[in-house]
Amino acid sequence: MAAERREWERFDRRRRIGRFLLTLVAAVAVVGSWRFMDTGIVRPETIPREVGDLLTRMYPPDVAYTARIVGPLVETVQIAALGTIGALVLAVPVALLAAENTTPNAATFWLGKVVVTVSRSVNTIVWALFFVVLFGSGPLAGAVAIAFRSVGFLGKLLGEEIEEIDFGQVEAVRAAGASSAQVLLYGILPQVKPALVGLSIYRWDINIRDSTVLGFVGAGGIGVQLFRAVNAFAWQSVATVLIVILGVVVATESLSAYTRGLVR
Amino acid sequence: MAAGSRTWERPTVFPRRGVKWAVYAGVVGFVIWSGVGVGADPARIAGGLGRSGSLVGDFLPPSATPRQAQRILDKMLESVAMATVSTLTGIVLSVPIAFMAAENLSPKPLYALNRGFISVSRAFNAIIVGIIAVKAIGFGPLAGVLTITFKTVGFFSKLLAEDLEDIDMGSVDAVRASGASPVQILLYGVVPQIVPRFAGLSVYRWDINIRTSTIIGIVGAGGIGSVLLTAFNRYDYRYVTAILLAIVAVVLVAEGVSAVVRRRYT
Repeated sequence: MAAERREWERFDRRRRIGRFLLTLVAAVAVVGSWRFMDTGIVRPETIPREVGDLLTRMYPPDVAYTARIVGPLVETVQIAALGTIGALVLAVPVALLAAENTTPNAATFWLGKVVVTVSRSVNTIVWALFFVVLFGSGPLAGAVAIAFRSVGFLGKLLGEEIEEIDFGQVEAVRAAGASSAQVLLYGILPQVKPALVGLSIYRWDINIRDSTVLGFVGAGGIGVQLFRAVNAFAWQSVATVLIVILGVVVATESLSAYTRGLVR
Repeated sequence: MAAGSRTWERPTVFPRRGVKWAVYAGVVGFVIWSGVGVGADPARIAGGLGRSGSLVGDFLPPSATPRQAQRILDKMLESVAMATVSTLTGIVLSVPIAFMAAENLSPKPLYALNRGFISVSRAFNAIIVGIIAVKAIGFGPLAGVLTITFKTVGFFSKLLAEDLEDIDMGSVDAVRASGASPVQILLYGVVPQIVPRFAGLSVYRWDINIRTSTIIGIVGAGGIGSVLLTAFNRYDYRYVTAILLAIVAVVLVAEGVSAVVRRRYT
């Protein structure tokens, strides 16, 4: 305990330099990005006024418009439900391929991973653009778009659940002479069932939010009414639609949280 | 164990067998009703899928003239720039909102107000926020920055507020007991407890923002999305594929960067 006095430091020298560099990179990235963007702001002080102006034009919401949006709203919920079921059907094989312990070989494993990645990287609205070309505009294209977008999410998370299962049970079912379909049904499915139900409900809740915008590319739902109202500058109707969407989203979110609580 | 044979029945989460079948029937009924409502008749689906063969042929191979490639590059950089700037602005705005939305640090009315704001931000899809931002302040990346900032605030302050609710109040009390001012309590009692999560969440949100910024151009809020929509409307499907590949590549790189940074520095 002689001479040198040492100060406590949270990080050693290398980590400190690393953290400093990372902060520096982040700062340069933000400043560089701002300068790169051609924002075209001439009078920045007018922005709050313009936003405020828009909000005042939305008040009061046009209550009479509610009657016109009930149908599209129901359609939105239907698109989300159908899309989720479709995704579930497609996601089970994808999950089995993308899970290391159930996939037949390395090639199928990568196939599963590629399907998951492509599905997740392409936004719902882009899938919708594609399926509107295929099925014509309307809610069917929206439902299929929702399904294709959700496959990646469900396939990835379900695949991770399958990787966690107790393989002893699977071996036991197989040893009892079960066919591969029976192994799936009695060895694997019961172990991932709670996760399967929970994830589907969670995804349904996300899909409700996603399907509110499908109308923008002609794929049905409440988005059609919303964008029609926006293009007509009918801001009071826009406010009504927004409030209704908010209500539905909050309701489904609580329903989803409650149901997932039961399953877990 | 006298009385007759009892068969084993699988345990279920439902209180009674009747409830179980009622729930199943309800779900199936709901889905069928949805199918009818959406107009998902098998003939139409089969027809669409039949067409998909020739359509996929139209999309391949991806191609872009040098000018189009340059345009992809420019607009993609704009997307990344929008995401980066709005991650910062979003986080800066999130911090005060998160503190006000933490139940243990904030008075009740303020708490309710900020939680409400968070719900509103999370409920609306970025496209909806984007179209309203465009109508409010005009086309261009600034509307995009506004949109992504708004979405970031909802996500970030919700998670940060939850972290703040989980902090160890003991160390806060200890700092207070040593005579610290409220600002010092925040700086030395609260902030050190959330900083590690804070860094990870920021990078994670940046990654999500990149995804969002590649899309909102569809409504005119800047970035690659506008190019994508134009290409679709011109039936220039090979160019569409080229743009989509660029988007997927950028999203994957961002996801990779975010994963590496989160693993090493948090």
